[in-house]
Amino acid sequence: MPLLIQNGRVIDPSQSVDRVTSLRIVEGRIAAYDAAPQDGDEVLDATGRIVSPGLIDMHVHLREPGGEEDETIASGTAAALAGGFTSVACVPNTDPPIDSQGAVEFVRDRSVRADNCRVYVLACVSKNREGKELAEIGQLVEAGAVGFTDDGSPISDPELMRRAFEYCLMFDKPVLNHSEIRELTEHGVMHEGKTSLVLGLTGMPAAAEDVMASRDIALAEATGGRFHLMHVSTAGSVDAVRRAKRRGVRVTTEVTPHHFTLTDECLRTFDSNFKMNPPLRDRRDVEACIEGLADGTIDCIVTDHAPHAKEKKMQELDRAPFGVVGLETALGLVVTRLIEPGHLDWPAAIQKMSTHPARILGIEKGTLAIGADADVTIIDPQVHWTVNPAEFRSKSTNTPFAGWELTGRAEVVVVGGRVKFRRA
Amino acid sequence: MSTAAEQIGLGAYPSEWRHRHLLGLEELSADEITLILDKAEVFKRAILQGHRRIPLLNDITCVTLFFENSTRTRISFSLAARRLGADSIDFSASTSSLSKGETVIDTAKNIEAMGTDVVIVRHRTPGTPHLLAQNLRASVVNAGDGPHEHPTQGLLDIMTIRERRGHVEGLTVALVGDIAHSRTARSNIWGLKKLGAHVIVCGPSTLVSPRWKELGVEYSWSLDEILPRVDVLNLLRIQFERQYGRPFPSVREYAHLYAMNAERLAKTKDDILILAPGPINRGVELTPDVADGSHSAILEQVTNGVAVRMAVLWLLSGAARDKR
Repeated sequence: MPLLIQNGRVIDPSQSVDRVTSLRIVEGRIAAYDAAPQDGDEVLDATGRIVSPGLIDMHVHLREPGGEEDETIASGTAAALAGGFTSVACVPNTDPPIDSQGAVEFVRDRSVRADNCRVYVLACVSKNREGKELAEIGQLVEAGAVGFTDDGSPISDPELMRRAFEYCLMFDKPVLNHSEIRELTEHGVMHEGKTSLVLGLTGMPAAAEDVMASRDIALAEATGGRFHLMHVSTAGSVDAVRRAKRRGVRVTTEVTPHHFTLTDECLRTFDSNFKMNPPLRDRRDVEACIEGLADGTIDCIVTDHAPHAKEKKMQELDRAPFGVVGLETALGLVVTRLIEPGHLDWPAAIQKMSTHPARILGIEKGTLAIGADADVTIIDPQVHWTVNPAEFRSKSTNTPFAGWELTGRAEVVVVGGRVKFRRA
Repeated sequence: MSTAAEQIGLGAYPSEWRHRHLLGLEELSADEITLILDKAEVFKRAILQGHRRIPLLNDITCVTLFFENSTRTRISFSLAARRLGADSIDFSASTSSLSKGETVIDTAKNIEAMGTDVVIVRHRTPGTPHLLAQNLRASVVNAGDGPHEHPTQGLLDIMTIRERRGHVEGLTVALVGDIAHSRTARSNIWGLKKLGAHVIVCGPSTLVSPRWKELGVEYSWSLDEILPRVDVLNLLRIQFERQYGRPFPSVREYAHLYAMNAERLAKTKDDILILAPGPINRGVELTPDVADGSHSAILEQVTNGVAVRMAVLWLLSGAARDKR
């Protein structure tokens, strides 16, 4: 049945559209603008709503295979829909890791069966994610992998990183790194700063990220490779990316809502829901992330959705795993922390949550152009709501934002022309 | 019970005491610290007068839940509990089901379910007593959480200073050694500053970051430079077991730069007071002649430790009873 999304503010940065109009969707594709309802159309009234190309989260841990107690592809993609995402890219630090064609196909197959949002696969750079030898990147590309990362672990060996950049040139795929010098962060629990000093917790210095990000930028520059710096968190690495972009290095980056919202002082509660890697940094770093978003240095907003079952998080702080869920709170945090204070306008926010991730991953998404797949997120930009982890679709509830009052969230999510999520 | 309290001159239970747990000195006010010290002095006097049992906590059961090795602190807490008539049970991680994979919260809840009112916990990880405090109905006493806090150690150090010098305000107290990994340093800093002392942290630059200034203390890398102007030296043990990486080249070099010996003692004020929270590495933090000399209050600290812990257990027992 054709779908008519009526009278919404359609914002599509891919075609510089920002106006109130009605979109008609026929056979899963965007068919017309300024459309009037026809007999047999399903009509969605979007008055007062924002109609966006489907949001894309290019950094999600779906945990399957191997971590089904934390999340499954079905539960993670359901959470993605509830958060307004029509596509996610999942990282390969599963057990076994996604380093073979079979593993890529498994994830794609499971996501088709789950029939929630679309799932794109980021596969391993190295065999078994060991950081020693390149994985069979050509065959992984054939299986559908859209980018390469050993996320969870940094690619430490500079020779391997250089070869990864070079090898991915012929497939035009990005190499994504969790840039961290592990020798500087061993036993670390939180950001190294005044708070870690007071709490006596082992710190992870900002320099661990700054140094590795700079190394990766230098290698990308030397090879002409495409480098995507994952979850940037320090003022130093934001600035390194800014300067590299000016020189024409092919570098992009992303930031999470928790890194542009929270600081290391949250750890004063000793709550492991504030333990993630990279760690929450200090006020200056948070400001640098916001500035990087505003001036375009930071291309994307991602969640680094990292579900962990409650029993794993309810441990001593050094034993509790790193990571927090984020799919179902990201949009509200973008509205509340970036749009409402005036750091980003709506088109810029949608660029960072849809247009840019699509471009970086090289997928034909993130647009509402005529003929494109009808992946659409309808957002209520004004609704006030309270984060209640008990309502999450995710299997895990390890959020640092429980009880937060947020503004703005997805109301209806359309994937391939079908309404996949409608908030009750 | 009032008779026992009257006999030793303890006075009524202070209605202003509001804490259910003792997790650190950072969250106590100067008045609260002074209250604990005042009561500790009453208990100390009673003990010295020969009161072996002061039956104020006959209805209270304490457990020492130690996930890290300790002799002194554990015995001190057990003795404090028994002197007050409480039951005291010891639990060691090595003899427990923790080695079978039970979580720390489950272990503590099981022990609580056996009817314990006060859980005295030591753990290698900062925040673990706080985690237990959030998950138990019992009162939790932090007996050392990694490098974070060790409030009763801070209290007994400050009690010893106050006893010897009559006051704390205006004194210059230097904490020397492995400041980065020292819970004793942190508890001392909070307590001493609240009571008006000037605090210097001193040690090698890998263990004493300039960032300590942000806590309102002075930092120094040279013991020799600060010696002439300090009233109290608290020589902290090098925490070999907690150091990741390589903070100094050798123990020999550390002792060369920071060991308190007779030569350095000669540079200090005549009435210098020397504390060491122990266990000490003789020859590393201080030489035997200094440890056993007249300026040293090391054994007094141990005596005061029992008195301070009696005061803490007595104060927390109010909340422990309310929770029943």
